[in-house]
Amino acid sequence: MTNSVTAVAADLSKITTGAGDYQADVIIIGGGNAALCAAICAAEKGASVMLLERAPIAYRGGNSRHTRNFRCAHAAPLGVLAGEYSEDEFFNDLLLVTKGNTDEVMARLVMSKSSESYDWMTKQGVIFQPSLSGTLSLSRTNAFFLGGGKALVNAYYQRCKALGVEVRYNTTVLHLNINEGECDGVLVEADGVQTYIRAKAFVVASGGFESNKEWLQEAWGEAAKNFLIRGTPYNRGEVLKQVLEQGADSIGDPTQCHAVAIDGRAPEYDGGIVTRLDCVPFSVVLNENGKRFYDEGEDVWPKRYAIWGRLVAAQPNQIGYAIIDQKSSELFMPSVFPATQCDSLPELLQELGLPIDEAMRSIQQFNEACTDGDFHPTELDGLTTKGIEPEKTNWARPIDTPPYYGYSLRPGVTFTYLGMNVDQSARVTFNGIASKNVWAAGEIMAGNILGEGYLAGFGMTIGTVFGRIAGTEAGDYV
Amino acid sequence: MSDTSVVKLNMHDEAVRQLTVCNSCRYCEGYCNAFQALTRYRSFDEPTVSHLANLCHNCRGCFYACQYTEPHEFALNIPALLANVRANNWEQHIRPSVVSRLMQATLWPYVLITIVFAVLFTFVLNVSWGSSEPFYSSISHNTLVLIFLPLFILPWIALINGLRSYWGSIGGQRLVMADITHAFGSAASMKQLSGGQGQGCNYESGEQYTSIRRWAHQATMYGFLMCFASTSLATVYHYVFGWVAPYEFFSFPKLLGVFGGLFLSAGTASLFYLKIKADNELGSVQRRAGEYAFVVLLFLVSTSGLILYWAGGTAFASGSLVIHLAFIATFFVSLPFSKMVHGFFRLAALCREAQIKRLA
Repeated sequence: MTNSVTAVAADLSKITTGAGDYQADVIIIGGGNAALCAAICAAEKGASVMLLERAPIAYRGGNSRHTRNFRCAHAAPLGVLAGEYSEDEFFNDLLLVTKGNTDEVMARLVMSKSSESYDWMTKQGVIFQPSLSGTLSLSRTNAFFLGGGKALVNAYYQRCKALGVEVRYNTTVLHLNINEGECDGVLVEADGVQTYIRAKAFVVASGGFESNKEWLQEAWGEAAKNFLIRGTPYNRGEVLKQVLEQGADSIGDPTQCHAVAIDGRAPEYDGGIVTRLDCVPFSVVLNENGKRFYDEGEDVWPKRYAIWGRLVAAQPNQIGYAIIDQKSSELFMPSVFPATQCDSLPELLQELGLPIDEAMRSIQQFNEACTDGDFHPTELDGLTTKGIEPEKTNWARPIDTPPYYGYSLRPGVTFTYLGMNVDQSARVTFNGIASKNVWAAGEIMAGNILGEGYLAGFGMTIGTVFGRIAGTEAGDYV
Repeated sequence: MSDTSVVKLNMHDEAVRQLTVCNSCRYCEGYCNAFQALTRYRSFDEPTVSHLANLCHNCRGCFYACQYTEPHEFALNIPALLANVRANNWEQHIRPSVVSRLMQATLWPYVLITIVFAVLFTFVLNVSWGSSEPFYSSISHNTLVLIFLPLFILPWIALINGLRSYWGSIGGQRLVMADITHAFGSAASMKQLSGGQGQGCNYESGEQYTSIRRWAHQATMYGFLMCFASTSLATVYHYVFGWVAPYEFFSFPKLLGVFGGLFLSAGTASLFYLKIKADNELGSVQRRAGEYAFVVLLFLVSTSGLILYWAGGTAFASGSLVIHLAFIATFFVSLPFSKMVHGFFRLAALCREAQIKRLA
């Protein structure tokens, strides 16, 4: 799956407002975690529910397929979660990553409902497990899904089946027919045929627009062409765009996306977790002109990978090259693609396509600037360079022991921040007034809470809590 | 030989490719110890791949949870990959390999061997079909021993040699009691078939977890062991105490035999049903016939034994006896060459895994 998904023009003449039978009480647009939680809750309220998933069955679940845990507040040990994680601590963690760019009331709503959501998820068939190796730092805060996000998605689809939810795959929503904040129906396309489907209530949970490269280019220009999309190619944001065009209030920076530095050889779409590269803190990173451009050892990698997404995006042709030597070759999670490996540095630089003289000069300057001291790979060791620009402030060891290894780095887009504004009942607002029958949940409204940065596992918490609220409200409404 | 080595090389490259993706993901770590073991390695040589393959129970949890199965370009299918590596291991180490390869993959050798034994028992031992003669009066006990002893011993020699060869190939070291206890404890409870969190496996119902396979396998394994214990005990009764069969219903050999037989028949019938329902593409496709042959043979061993028990004193007694003995003889002759061998390799892998952890 390397091809992007293309857009289809809507044939608005098929829309027959107010005419024809309702084909369902509630229509859910999207097929990921938030959509599924909404579908289950609406169906549990006795509503007839139709879920429209754009992807084929093999790719159902949006970016939830790639997730692996759920951040959850708890006053005492809960299931696989150890110790205590108070709402206040949770909120402080959010403040740190968003630099205050959040809505406290909405954020605390999610946090206060996260604990009961854990039980709810278990009842729906989701199975948790203690945190994975290498993620022990999350064992108190994040509940891991056994088998990861796709197993969770599978469990929810089975639950939907048991509840009689009608799931339509390969079905793209082209248009929501909204008048004064009230939706009459949706125009959908499946197998090349466009049809208009009426329903009483609508939950929009179709994700962001990170796989829509044309849209990304509006904010990032030509550079966006070199971005890799870590998740589903189906998050094209067309539903988001046209609901916003019809007067829904937007929230979140329309030009920003969350991007991390990933393996430059990753597929254009859907590479997921395995494309991560954790070698940067132990590397010298050069741009394609053979120059260093940032402190590789500023902090531990989990706190820096997002910054590096933007750093690499700002380099010529949006590419970086991380170079390490034998000493550091086993200090990070194994990469999915083997490193370029050579016994001499000039050979390696040539193989990577870097200008040899300039790159050698950068590495030699770096090596000469390294100082003596103790090296501790798992903590900030203060092993710093002296007298070069930029400095490397931790884990600075000369690159001098063959074999040498090189990886290319590219920006990998995870999600976008632009979304639609909702109130506490998940209703989409139009000019500040809550819609009568349109709700939103998941990434499409996460900007209400996550204005900047990211907190591991929090996207799933927002999606689950707001998916449940939206589904319950929609089920009550019909 | 050159042809097979090319095939093997390709398979190893494919194993390295797929396991490398797994190792940088690790979402499946909670399912079983094969994935937990995987995280110890940064690269995968042939012994490592073999070791991981023999830890795998083909529960398929990892396949249905995988983001990287087809149509994704990474095209992972770990259950099928490891099933093939595993079966290659058996065929490579249990010699003669040509017999292993034939019997792992095809059904007709089992049919042929059974017919040969049935004919042999009928004519050489001069059994008259349709007679109601009781058990040991139609074939003398000493004749039985003469026939069964070499049949019993030779395959075990092949098996033990094969296991030693496998153990050496994966770098196994001298075992201590703790390794063995650990391995047998795990096998006895089928811990790994719990799926990690007790939810069972994805064998026959696609993405849905069930515990049917675990129960079916437990019934098969314990049923088999009970039948084996029954025969062993009867042997002790015969030689040590001079108590000659047939035994009362409320005797250990009889109770173990009848209930063991019932478990074994029910277990293998269930496994057969599960195999039909399961997706072939997640196993060793080219060895399907051999796998079915083995399950059916085990079913026939126990079911013919039960029939023999109920046919005692009727006109079907001698016929049932011949058929039952033919199945048993076939089972023992094929033991190291059939799917039966998986249990021994699995135990060896569990011992090795316990050993690696102990030495770490």
